[in-house]
Amino acid sequence: MQPTLRSARAALVAAAALFTVVAADVGCAAPAPAAGEVNLYSFRQPQLIQPILDRFTAETGIKVNVVYAEKGLLERLKAEGENSPADVVLTADVGNLNDMVEAGVLQPVRSPALEANIPSQYRDPDGRWFGLTMRARVIYASRERVKPEEIARYEDLADPRFHGRICSRSGKHVYMISLIASVIANDGEAAAEQWLQGVKANLARKPQGNDRSQAKAIAEGECDVALANTYYYAAMMGNPEERGWAEAVTLVFPNQADRGAHVNVSGGAVTRAAKNRDNAVRLLEFLSGDEAQRLYAEQNHEYPVKPGVATSPQVAAWGSFKADTIQLVSVAQQRAAATRLVDRVGFDEAGGS
Amino acid sequence: MQAAPPVRRHWRRPDGWSVAALAAAMAVAAPLLAVLWLALFPADDIWSHLATTVLPGYVRTTLALMAGVAAATLVGGVGTAWLVTMCRFPGRRVFEWALLLPLAVPAYVVAYVYTDVLEYGGPVQGLLRELFGWSSRRDYWFPQIRSLPGAVAMLSLVLYPYVYLLARAAFVEQSVCVLEVSRTLGRGPWGSFYQVALPLARPAIVVGVSLVMMEALNDFGTVQHFAVATLTAGVYDVWMQMNSTAGAAQLSLVMLSFVLLLLGLERFARRGRRFHHTTGKWRRLPRYRLAGLRGWLAFAVCALPTVLGFVLPMVVLVKYTLAAPSAFGGRFAEYLVNSLTLSATAAILALAVGLTLAYAARLNRSRLVALAGRFSATGYALPGAVLAVGVVIPFAALDNALDHLMRQTFGISTGLLLSGTLVALTFGFVVRFLALALGSCEAGLAKVTPNMDGAARSLGLGPGRMLLRVHLPVLRASLLTAVMLVFVDGMKELPMTVLLRPFNFDTLATHVYQYAAHEQFEQAAAGALAIVVFGMLPVIVLSRTLSGARPGHDA
Repeated sequence: MQPTLRSARAALVAAAALFTVVAADVGCAAPAPAAGEVNLYSFRQPQLIQPILDRFTAETGIKVNVVYAEKGLLERLKAEGENSPADVVLTADVGNLNDMVEAGVLQPVRSPALEANIPSQYRDPDGRWFGLTMRARVIYASRERVKPEEIARYEDLADPRFHGRICSRSGKHVYMISLIASVIANDGEAAAEQWLQGVKANLARKPQGNDRSQAKAIAEGECDVALANTYYYAAMMGNPEERGWAEAVTLVFPNQADRGAHVNVSGGAVTRAAKNRDNAVRLLEFLSGDEAQRLYAEQNHEYPVKPGVATSPQVAAWGSFKADTIQLVSVAQQRAAATRLVDRVGFDEAGGS
Repeated sequence: MQAAPPVRRHWRRPDGWSVAALAAAMAVAAPLLAVLWLALFPADDIWSHLATTVLPGYVRTTLALMAGVAAATLVGGVGTAWLVTMCRFPGRRVFEWALLLPLAVPAYVVAYVYTDVLEYGGPVQGLLRELFGWSSRRDYWFPQIRSLPGAVAMLSLVLYPYVYLLARAAFVEQSVCVLEVSRTLGRGPWGSFYQVALPLARPAIVVGVSLVMMEALNDFGTVQHFAVATLTAGVYDVWMQMNSTAGAAQLSLVMLSFVLLLLGLERFARRGRRFHHTTGKWRRLPRYRLAGLRGWLAFAVCALPTVLGFVLPMVVLVKYTLAAPSAFGGRFAEYLVNSLTLSATAAILALAVGLTLAYAARLNRSRLVALAGRFSATGYALPGAVLAVGVVIPFAALDNALDHLMRQTFGISTGLLLSGTLVALTFGFVVRFLALALGSCEAGLAKVTPNMDGAARSLGLGPGRMLLRVHLPVLRASLLTAVMLVFVDGMKELPMTVLLRPFNFDTLATHVYQYAAHEQFEQAAAGALAIVVFGMLPVIVLSRTLSGARPGHDA
């Protein structure tokens, strides 16, 4: 028995030694939150956000520590509870903001600057979240094969004249879900289901790829129309390899004669556990201010939420459009219903013609 | 007074190894239990919706994907392993290690590369259109790369090395005498392969194929890119779109039960039969010479997976990297160091835990220890992001409980000590990749005849010294395999790193992903290239060790 115990002990000692090495690693890597810092959990991609955060640090001297992740941050916030190091959350969709409100991990903020910068439609009435940029989900139509009067509304996509002519990304992608949720919120669930069935029946191929690949498919003649976010068009125009895809399509802002085009916001919020609350509010104020709004517009080709801030020249060239005025919260509340609808209709299982 | 004679006890006192193994298994199982908890106590009922709409489809697709990948990697992996180990043909020495290289290529990279090459606007179809004068999609038929068969092909290309690796290790370590006896008893070369070599290598091959199936099961990058609705894709939909962690955990449990069922089936099929080498006689492998056309056929069989799984993706990556050399700037070196440190630490820890579990189970023939080990290794089959939530929960609970205690007794707040640090992240890696280490250790130990243990023990060696002096020298190749596999997979790991990492922490994989996710693959190529290159080095070391692992090998 003795040798057994001795060797087990040796193994334990070895394991402990290793653990110490790891712990030593950690010591260097994990920054202790200090004054003059703000800790950020971001759902948004670094290359979109980092330049703006760098500007914030340059101007205020406040260091921004970031964890970027597309999923699971809400679970991490919930598990960490009152001790969570996060002060601010940035998301790419109003849905995530709504989820966090419901999980109770955010705190209300009153700030005259935020309220002045952001129209009330794009922020929570209780100040628990603030929209920072807008994008519209529009129709990309082939310049060659679609006549301008042929399509004007989201509802047209279900019309049999588009049989075998539509491409789509997965119906379960967050952008599609938000759009379908807005159709539910506007037209009711039964009408929305009929509509989605119709769109599915018109698909030229199984839903796949991202918004850019839909433009590419139109350019290559696989289909004639698709749904995509506005800023992808500008991004493709700026990329020599993709320019041809963008040039093959024209942007149609849907439903201009009735409710308006579906818009979504990216946004930010202060966490309930925030230790650097003042810096957190300052960061949000900066993000909604003239300079950051201009950066958002120029770099990402999104629409600034702050009235009066110019869009990028490419975006300005499309002219102004009418946005759906429905409260974003009521769209967000239909998201689960929209996902169920996509499952029921079997949108992603469409075979194409 | 006379001391009572020692009474022979009929129950075994738990020894140090079992205690250590059980403790390790419990720690590793904590995240799995957290996922179980999420699934069993849901906040909302989403299960009935899932079960009536999408679940049957998910299950069908998943089974088809797993079966396809398993069949392809089994044939490809075992076939090439046998060829390079037992035959002589042109290029054999190069293929010995080159066949392993696709292991270093992340599945999603292969998926992106082949989509670019094979889709409608890609060079292959473009060339065909030019050659035959076709003008649109309706003029001809071409297989859809973004499809279930496409996903099977992509995953098989990068996963077959697991089977190849373990099968080859088994073939290399086998004694030729056994095969020769089989030949003298009248079996031909194929008969000897099927009835002697294959059963002897079976534990290793089974480990290889089950690793492959678990990887295929939890793959997200490829199935998402190809729009193939597997359970893993379903897990992310439910989680992201329906905001249901519980639904995601429930689907993960369906996946877990797949794996358990699979392992159970295999055990049942083996029904307690064990195959051990009964002889320790080794001599140089008498390689069967494949002359002429058959030699070139063998060459082609080995060249196909190497070129498709490694050479071609590398060419594309290098091309992209040269087009955007600025990608090496910025914090690139830091990402590289982070990837290397994290993967190496996790690899060594996973080996320590895996070896402890495998060895304790062997020593005691204890069902409890074996089961505990097996259960804690199933994390490999769960989607990484779900497992990551499983890691977040116990760490945060522990930290918060400690903080609470310290506040109550000393009035000090300790905050979160381990959550959001590299400790939690490294631990997550160990939980995720334990199956690789445990599998390699088990397969290695299984090939050592218990007679060796009996002899060592009767000569007075305790279990610890027996491990050091008897087993470790024999197991060298298996242990190295364990470390290297975890290291290479660690370099590629994405979903756990994303969620568990500390502030401002990036690895090559997270760096690649942020661009690849937006199909800006040119920007991501440099990082992907670095992952492949640094994953390649251990793969080559591994291969050399394997060749050298054969006692009496003089080449």
